[in-house]
Amino acid sequence: MNYRVSNDELSALGELIVAAGQGAVTGYTVAYGDLNVRGDRARIVELLTSLRDDPGLQFQQLIDLCGADYPKRVRRFDVVYHLLSMTRNRRVRVTVEVDEDTPVPSICPVYPAANWFEREAFDMYGIFFVGHPDLRRLLTDYGFHGHPLRKDFPMTGYVEVRYDDELKRVVYEPVKAVEFRSWDFLSPWEGADYAKPGHGYDNSLPGDEKAEKAS
Amino acid sequence: MSHESQTSTADALVIPETPVRKFNINFGPQHPAAHGVLRLILELDGELVERVDPHIGLLHRGTEKLIEARPYTQNTPYFDRLDYVAPMNQEHAFVIAIERLMGLDVPRRGSIIRVLYCEIGRILNHLLNITTQAMDVGALTPITWGFEEREKLYVFYERASGARMHANYFRPGGVRQDLPPALIDDIETWARQFPERIDELETLITGKRIFKQRNVDIGVVSREEAFAWGFTGVMLRGSGVAWDLRRNQSYEIYDELEFEIPLGINGDCYDRYLCRVEEMRQSVKIMHQCIDMLRKTPGLVLSDDHKVSPPRRGEMKRSMEAMIHHFKLFSEGFRVPEGEVYAAVEAPKGEFGVYLVSDGTNKPYRCKIRPPCYPHLSAMDWMNRGHMLADVSAILGSLDIVFGEIDR
Repeated sequence: MNYRVSNDELSALGELIVAAGQGAVTGYTVAYGDLNVRGDRARIVELLTSLRDDPGLQFQQLIDLCGADYPKRVRRFDVVYHLLSMTRNRRVRVTVEVDEDTPVPSICPVYPAANWFEREAFDMYGIFFVGHPDLRRLLTDYGFHGHPLRKDFPMTGYVEVRYDDELKRVVYEPVKAVEFRSWDFLSPWEGADYAKPGHGYDNSLPGDEKAEKAS
Repeated sequence: MSHESQTSTADALVIPETPVRKFNINFGPQHPAAHGVLRLILELDGELVERVDPHIGLLHRGTEKLIEARPYTQNTPYFDRLDYVAPMNQEHAFVIAIERLMGLDVPRRGSIIRVLYCEIGRILNHLLNITTQAMDVGALTPITWGFEEREKLYVFYERASGARMHANYFRPGGVRQDLPPALIDDIETWARQFPERIDELETLITGKRIFKQRNVDIGVVSREEAFAWGFTGVMLRGSGVAWDLRRNQSYEIYDELEFEIPLGINGDCYDRYLCRVEEMRQSVKIMHQCIDMLRKTPGLVLSDDHKVSPPRRGEMKRSMEAMIHHFKLFSEGFRVPEGEVYAAVEAPKGEFGVYLVSDGTNKPYRCKIRPPCYPHLSAMDWMNRGHMLADVSAILGSLDIVFGEIDR
């Protein structure tokens, strides 16, 4: 059967991490068989160093580092670190929140593998990592503007390229393609926000006019 | 090339050539040994490599952005296109992530088929890698021999899923459809003769003087370095770390199977090659066990919870309920409970992970793909420092790079 760590064990590990973090951890949750630890942005280097070096934890490997965008929040970005301990056979996810202007301390000195992951997070979300040896764009084109994985970045982007036969070179032009068609198939009868009362869209659904008045 | 100034008394007035030895060269993006579209800026001192700056992203297709705009089931095909050498292993991580969020169980027969096809994927990948690694150091024949076997395996892909490469065969809750008995027999026939083909390939590569001269003691990675740089899979096992997710954090039915995990000793390019060859033999062993299990285990291959998996066409002809389920699944899709999960599988190249964030709707809110090659390639710089220019392609070959998943 699948390898699973029980929630109790994960909670115990969470307590250990809170103790080892010495205040750099703001809390932990256990969900879907994963341990989530929320950390303090300013003290992330300290926290990850203790996670790596504490003899009871031994998270030797940084498996993944990525950003995530939640535009509705005040501090819109999450920086998510996935760590793996091969000796203890445990995983942990550490999340810190950050806004567009505040930099996150780079963890390259702790885990050299973070180098490209942080470059990617900078490229995709525009999250700054202070102390990174070489914070350049990585995956996008040379001379690219914007941060494509932000939720407010359009799917089609802003520029398109083609080979111009007259100029004999590749030219960049503003996007002429039709807007990306994002179909909303979410059924409103199962509680989508805009169909519920109190969202300013009274009677927004044809056929539902009477339902509101009756109640 | 010698740049020593040749001053003699006769030519005293000739200005001596300055012995400039440092220069930069571009390796790729169209170099045959670059395994795709990789541009390396090499800073050389004579023939010694001083710094490597890989420029990647030439194959960046914005997969993660596209995934955020589609219902869950429409996203599996994107995973085929990541590591297009072993497509089903990538799908596997994605469907496991969905299953964990939804608390979905996979029927046993479905699990066995998944494992069978993941091992076929492992052989597909290693056949490509060891033969191209040999080609990078000058051996042209192995790749033609290896591709013949790969072609046969692609036929098995096609007979199961309808597509040679971009299979889209795994579904949340199982696999798309059952394997016909004839296909299982043919896979067994193939698996019987394959160890012989490995032996033949080994006569071409393993003991060959040139291959050893180019690979032994090249690109040595120590245990500590492998940990620090986030290495997984063969890159880690080549350095002697016994870590395989199939064994250590087993998923599907791997804990019931008997197989061994080959380890390297020196952590050089040659050890990694040997590990891959042995892993192919172990995969064949796993395939035989799966075939035996498949013959003894009839039953469903896909969960019969029609809120998640579509009904068969025959049912739709008779049952209104099935018709509605079909319509709902192919318009709205299914909803995944709010939460975040990280699912990882042992892909042929290392740990392939999917970090999936769901906001409770029918589309993923965020889907981060963790490709195994990405940290491996980021280590190119220190692995190559102090090596000769010719070693760059040998090291690159042993990293097992596929750009579909690095650039995403």
